[in-house]
Amino acid sequence: MSATTLVRTRDLHKLFLRGTERIDVLQGIDLDIQQGEFVALMGPSGSGKTTLLNLLGGLDRPTEGTIEIGGERVDSLSSNSLARFRSRHIGFVFQLYNLLPALTAERNVELPLLLTSLGRAERRSHVAAALELVGLVDRARHYPRQLSGGQEQRVGIARAIINDPTLLLCDEPTGDLDRKSGDEILDLLTALNREQGKTVIMVTHDPVAADRASRTLHLDKGILRGRSAT
Amino acid sequence: MTQLALLRSTLLRRKARTVFTLLSILVAFVLYGYLSAIDLAFSLGVDVSGVDRLIVQNKVSLIQPLPIAYGPRIEQIQGVVSTTHMNWFGGIYQDTKNFFPQFAVQSESFLDMYTEYVVPPEQRTAWAANRTGALVGRKTAERYGFKVGDRIPIQGTFFRKRDGSSTWEFTIDGIYKGDRAGVDETNFIFHYEYLDEASIGGAGLVGWYVVRVDDPERSAAVAKAIDAGFENSPFESRTTTEKAFAQSFANQLGDIGAILRAVMTAVFFTILLVSGNTMAQSVRERTSELGVLKTIGFTDGRILGLVLAESMLLALVGGGAGLALSWLAIKFGGDPTSGFLAVFIFPVRDLVSGFGYVLLLGLAAGAIPSLRARRLTIAEALRRL
Repeated sequence: MSATTLVRTRDLHKLFLRGTERIDVLQGIDLDIQQGEFVALMGPSGSGKTTLLNLLGGLDRPTEGTIEIGGERVDSLSSNSLARFRSRHIGFVFQLYNLLPALTAERNVELPLLLTSLGRAERRSHVAAALELVGLVDRARHYPRQLSGGQEQRVGIARAIINDPTLLLCDEPTGDLDRKSGDEILDLLTALNREQGKTVIMVTHDPVAADRASRTLHLDKGILRGRSAT
Repeated sequence: MTQLALLRSTLLRRKARTVFTLLSILVAFVLYGYLSAIDLAFSLGVDVSGVDRLIVQNKVSLIQPLPIAYGPRIEQIQGVVSTTHMNWFGGIYQDTKNFFPQFAVQSESFLDMYTEYVVPPEQRTAWAANRTGALVGRKTAERYGFKVGDRIPIQGTFFRKRDGSSTWEFTIDGIYKGDRAGVDETNFIFHYEYLDEASIGGAGLVGWYVVRVDDPERSAAVAKAIDAGFENSPFESRTTTEKAFAQSFANQLGDIGAILRAVMTAVFFTILLVSGNTMAQSVRERTSELGVLKTIGFTDGRILGLVLAESMLLALVGGGAGLALSWLAIKFGGDPTSGFLAVFIFPVRDLVSGFGYVLLLGLAAGAIPSLRARRLTIAEALRRL
């Protein structure tokens, strides 16, 4: 693996069984993503995009094959080690934001820090910086229901970057937003990639969104078909 | 934010449901407090009975008397330290609903035997000198407004006076208090001599003897010796420990303890279902949120702990408030029957057990939902949006 390769998968398979039916969602994916890349992952519904993203993020385990993130084999980590790995190295951005409705924006952002040894003051300072970065300082005390979709997604991004992860995994981050809000989110992700050096892997159906990426991968029926550089 | 704040926010997510569940738990533990107090009241002081005291009664039944001549004979038996005797009077003060127990006692030895009855020395002296004098327990005195010096008429129900009257007059010479919680403070005590000399028939007969033994471990042997001494006489005796006597007396009302335990079991089972259902619903509704927490690095164990802590918090707040409320209500509100129950306290041991039940409830209600939350896979949880 080259010194700048952050993500590497080899012969990655994922098989689901539905009753007696065997569904090969991923069929031998070989993938290398360099540190600092912004990669868009496209493909029709059911092609395995989210499954691949889940495997890269350690949310699920492959049926076969290997996954290395920053040189570490995540496919063989125990459940607890995997949880710790996720909290330190990976930020997740979801299509439907997945904020906890009972917590304010700042408390949602603070959640990953509860797993660290940071004190209250330090946590508050980190939260303020993350909300500043996504331009939502004035909405810190608002609950998710009091925010627009775009603002909720910004909170989701602030939560994803609060632990300063190396890798940002975004599952259709603009899929539930109007064009204007979507563009703002894409601007934010682009800035995080270019200015903060975050490696971004983004699942999307939207070619306009994919245009923001430095490289686009196409998945079809569990196989990486074509690769294009932007 | 702390983990506690996270717990609080999840509990307040559905405020109405949480409040109703808390109220259910609270009511259950208030009920537990009152039933514990009633259980103690109906045991009629079984728990405060002297371990070194025996009761000698007629073998046929408690209603049948024993000769007063038995006293000196009992005192001759090895292991007996002292004796006193008592008679049930069963009179009515003004109205049949005004119930309090009245006993004719051997005055000189009664207060030495029942040292838990605390009487001011000057009142004790006054009572000893007054043949128609009486001592009354604090609760009964408060209930009827009796004061030292008051003259109290009591209608005898089966003791009639030689002049044909059934009205017995007494002077309140003293008011006794218990030296600890649980001592019966409702009794009305007067001199046996007054009863014996003034009543028609029954002279020289007593209701039962109370015997103090030198070694409680030898109680059985002393009891056997007492009963053996009166075998084949017109008044055969049956001797038991005071605890057994109190228990058998309480059992005449039915096994109140078993009835109360059955009620509490039903209440706790219902509350377990209510709390368990609340927790199960809460976890089901938050499946995707739990998935998010796992995604950002919460381990399976931490998620289990979070859900279990939520259940424990619910039980502790509701149950703790219920226990505290019942303790306060019993302590300051007193006996809801206005003195009919001789003892009405929330025993400390039941209060401590109550906290144990609170913890058990929290654990039991949260066990299955927390295990489900622990086993939840992230991919499955995130799909349930």
